[in-house]
Amino acid sequence: MNLTVVLGALELGGIFAIMSLGLYISYKVLNLPDLTVDGSFTLGCAVSAMFTVHSMPYLGLFLAFVIGCLAGVVTGVLITKLNIMPLLSGILTMTALYSINLRIMGDSPNISLFEFPTVFSPLVFLAPYDKLIVIIVIILIVCFFLHYFLRTQLGLALRACGDNEDMVRASSIDTDKMKILGLALANGFVSLGGAVFAQHQAFSDIASGTGMMVIGLASIIVGMTIIKKDKIGFQLMAVVFGAVFYRAILTIALQLGLPSGDLKLLSAILVVIAIASTNMKRKRRRSKC
Amino acid sequence: MLELQDISVIFHEGTVNEKIALSHIDLKLDKGDFVTIIGSNGAGKSTLFQTISGAIQPTQGQVILNGQNLTGIPEYKRSRFIGRLFQDPLKGTAPSMTIEENLSLASQRGQHFRLSLFSHKQKNEMKQALKELDLGLEERLNTKVGTLSGGQRQALTLLMATYVTPELLLLDEHTAALDPKTSQKVLEMTSKIVEEHHITTLMITHNMEDALKYGNKTMIMKDGQIIAMVEGEERKKMTVDELIHLYSTSTHDYNDRLFLKQ
Repeated sequence: MNLTVVLGALELGGIFAIMSLGLYISYKVLNLPDLTVDGSFTLGCAVSAMFTVHSMPYLGLFLAFVIGCLAGVVTGVLITKLNIMPLLSGILTMTALYSINLRIMGDSPNISLFEFPTVFSPLVFLAPYDKLIVIIVIILIVCFFLHYFLRTQLGLALRACGDNEDMVRASSIDTDKMKILGLALANGFVSLGGAVFAQHQAFSDIASGTGMMVIGLASIIVGMTIIKKDKIGFQLMAVVFGAVFYRAILTIALQLGLPSGDLKLLSAILVVIAIASTNMKRKRRRSKC
Repeated sequence: MLELQDISVIFHEGTVNEKIALSHIDLKLDKGDFVTIIGSNGAGKSTLFQTISGAIQPTQGQVILNGQNLTGIPEYKRSRFIGRLFQDPLKGTAPSMTIEENLSLASQRGQHFRLSLFSHKQKNEMKQALKELDLGLEERLNTKVGTLSGGQRQALTLLMATYVTPELLLLDEHTAALDPKTSQKVLEMTSKIVEEHHITTLMITHNMEDALKYGNKTMIMKDGQIIAMVEGEERKKMTVDELIHLYSTSTHDYNDRLFLKQ
């Protein structure tokens, strides 16, 4: 295995870590299965690609985050105000986003960003480490933000919302607003992950987001099985570590000759095994009592 | 203080399953009143609480607290003035968060959220308040609430519900799931906190002794109606047996007898 392969795996793992940190908010903190992810990841790709084509890669990342938040707000409103089931709400937004993403990309299913400067370009003199450095910086910013935010009073309310809704309402907190806020942040970071992904691959495709939810879940589960700590800092570390580790496993599988088309099947099986094994453990413990 | 005007709650109105849970309830409480409520299952006690707290909208009638009409105000907004405890000790706290974090949430009730971490001063206040519970929780601020016992969790919930002094406290059999000794301890705590802060309180209980021992009024409910309100001298002299007698014989003719007496 040569340096390019290792760096490539770390870079992709890092990008998926950004997305997984978003998914961590909806899946772990809010305890809401949010299927918007596949759509909002592509949304980030599309926005970022369009701004890169117009030579504004940094603005592209920022706006991808903001527009991703909006997608989360839509899902949040569907769930809380219109009382649509969380799973269905996510699927609805995701489906709607397919059309919106196509529109953003100028009705073309893919955009190539070769020849355009990206956020990675200014550090090109540090090659081949340039991309990894930029990605690490972004991960650190996201982690620091989440680590602070989730311990503020607003963050506490958000976490309590996924823990015990009755208690949150009894503390005069509007659980609807908390869910919308949480889903907005979650999809904002997922979209940011997509934005970095597009500039890294120098390519944006309408199908980029397919299966991202499963990759994110796998990363979170793998990370949390390895790092079992409750403190927010450790949990964030677990998510980042899980994403990188998971990508490393896939890279090894690819190197060993696994066809890349089988990756998603492998991801899905891995998630099934991880979730099933924790459920089995719980079942066994219960039957012992 | 708290005023209920002609409250009726009807479930599944107009269907075969129609159930009148509350029927034309009128109630007026003064500030500092501590009312114990007894009544058999299905008498409407919990429905009454849910109507006051906003979890259920009444079919008819109004809830007025301190001159403010609460009818139509959502549950979470009412929580600013109304503290609540449920029978299930797991309901009032967030299990995967620490004691400190739970209390911090309770301490901001009715305020706007701040994007700040909690300060040393707040921490000391929390420790002080926990010390009064006398459960040693002040040394365990970073313990996850999920690892506490039911009694400890209920005591913590009590503290959280009264951390920012509410105008009204609703206790829905909050000690029923605890063992007798812990139950008494939590009740003593409740009584102490309520008296100290002069909080208007409604407490549902199935324990006749407690119903007379705590508070200054006892209310009996049956079939969605308040059928008796015992207070003053009559209550002071009343024994548990007399209360049970009143509770089991009281139907509408009890009301009639009362009228005849007057």
